[in-house]
Amino acid sequence: MFRYTRATAVREGVVWCVALLTLLPFYFLVATALKPDDELLSTSTSAPPSHPTLSNFTEVLTAGGDNNILLALLNSVIITVGSIAGLVAFGSLAAYVLARTTARWGTITFYLFLIAILLPTQLGLVPLYIGARQVGLVGSLGGMIVLYVGSLMPLAVFLYAGFFRGLPRDYEEAAALDGASPGRVFVQVVLPLMAPATGTVAILTGLIVWNDFFSALIFLGGSDNQTLPVSMYYYVGSLVSAWNKVFAIVIISMVPILAFYLFAQKKFIQGFAGGIK
Amino acid sequence: MTATMGTPQDTGPLVRGEVPVAGGERAARPRRYRPLISYGRWWWALPAILMVLVIHYLATAGGALYAFTDWTGIGDFDLVGLDNFRRIFEDPTMIGALENTLFLAFGFLVLTNVVGLALALALNRTLKTRYLLRVLFFTPVVLSPLAVSYVWKFIFDFRGPLNTVIGWVGLEPRVWLADPDLALWCVLVVMAWQTTGMVMVIYLAGLATVSPEVEEAAALDGAGTWQRFRYVTVPSIRPSIAIASTLMLIQGLRVFDQVMALTGGGPAGATETLATQVYKETFALSNFGFGAALALLLTLIMLVFSVLQQAATRDRN
Repeated sequence: MFRYTRATAVREGVVWCVALLTLLPFYFLVATALKPDDELLSTSTSAPPSHPTLSNFTEVLTAGGDNNILLALLNSVIITVGSIAGLVAFGSLAAYVLARTTARWGTITFYLFLIAILLPTQLGLVPLYIGARQVGLVGSLGGMIVLYVGSLMPLAVFLYAGFFRGLPRDYEEAAALDGASPGRVFVQVVLPLMAPATGTVAILTGLIVWNDFFSALIFLGGSDNQTLPVSMYYYVGSLVSAWNKVFAIVIISMVPILAFYLFAQKKFIQGFAGGIK
Repeated sequence: MTATMGTPQDTGPLVRGEVPVAGGERAARPRRYRPLISYGRWWWALPAILMVLVIHYLATAGGALYAFTDWTGIGDFDLVGLDNFRRIFEDPTMIGALENTLFLAFGFLVLTNVVGLALALALNRTLKTRYLLRVLFFTPVVLSPLAVSYVWKFIFDFRGPLNTVIGWVGLEPRVWLADPDLALWCVLVVMAWQTTGMVMVIYLAGLATVSPEVEEAAALDGAGTWQRFRYVTVPSIRPSIAIASTLMLIQGLRVFDQVMALTGGGPAGATETLATQVYKETFALSNFGFGAALALLLTLIMLVFSVLQQAATRDRN
């Protein structure tokens, strides 16, 4: 029934046409980013560049002040790595205890995390902004990391707890019977075993943090610590329709995440298929 | 002493206390029954619990409180009851933002699910290049919505590729994003283009649970393609339908990035959404109370719809 017939070949051809059409925006993106200024206005917007140049990239990369894209890239990396580290450390510890405990408080606390997944962030951001402004955390990288770790913690705990529930206790039990303390059991037995869950948590939360615009705009907009999306938003706003420059910035912002995706695409797709619930 | 190992079902694993101490002596102190094997310590969960309590619960409660005040971000404020909500429903811009948000959310839900399911069905089996195609269709999901929106803003530009293409078939060029009737549709297209790959992946995971044998048996019994889809495939992927539709609805209701990048809410408020209004009222105009009321409204809509969605997609046995 599921043999490869002529009809299947036709279907394969059709799906490829759809795929190429879907990916057409990437052609415009690259073609335009390589066009020199004069070509942008003189030729059709859909034509490939006749004299490709990288000058747009050098120009936007060397822009200083508020438009410092490299600084924004660095800020984004720091915030994303910091948030992932916090989520993995505190999320795995909390989920491990909650998944293994038989006490009633464990179940109640787990529901605390579950309900928090449903709470949208928009409402909480207003008081958080006011609170952060009072203690001087607006515009700081550390404050941003705390915000992301806190707001994505329910997701991390949920993912880790699901993983720990399916993990047999035998190794932990054996280690404990041999006299290892709970801390040692966690570090030497659980930590090496939880790598697949850590991968899912890192990819899902890392992607949200890296691409976040709403809270980054509120907390970092106009500061020296702008992340890539915020910096891109202001820079593009000042460029009006110099599309070759705009697209140079867009490509620079896409390259790190695309490289990461191509490197670990299987894990990305699995994470989204099974992780988000 | 019971020497059984604690299995996952056991509530109390090995219990210390009855262990005869070497030499036959029992220690004098009364013993607390404490599990011999404790998996971690309760305080390991404390940092995560505290962060969630403050950043989710306390902050949300605070936001809900501000919604009933006239605070402007500085100084004192008064409780104004439901005044903010009255103002929301008397303001045509806010009503428009509410309508736009609902239109985008439901359009997004339908579009991503229909196209995503179609793609998943096409890429489920038999195609030789299906793994490569999955990777390609999923690619836009990982990109920043803001960056993606800029690419589409160019495509919708008056001098842009879209007008070139419709020019080939003899249609007049349009000002896509500056036309109040078209701009909202453009936002919808960009949202759907970016997220359909994610829905596809959720449905692929669901389709993997449909057994080829059952499908074959149905085919042998004379069921056509549609009947097989309706009576074999759909019942097995019901959990995926629930997940994908709830996720898309919630993501659609909070649409912000695409609007900010494509239109900024224009032309003349034609693409304003609740999230863009929350941002503008609160952080640009410093109407903290009013902005919080808008955010509370958005939150309630999200909660109500996700509960309804769960009820609608789950209880159909």
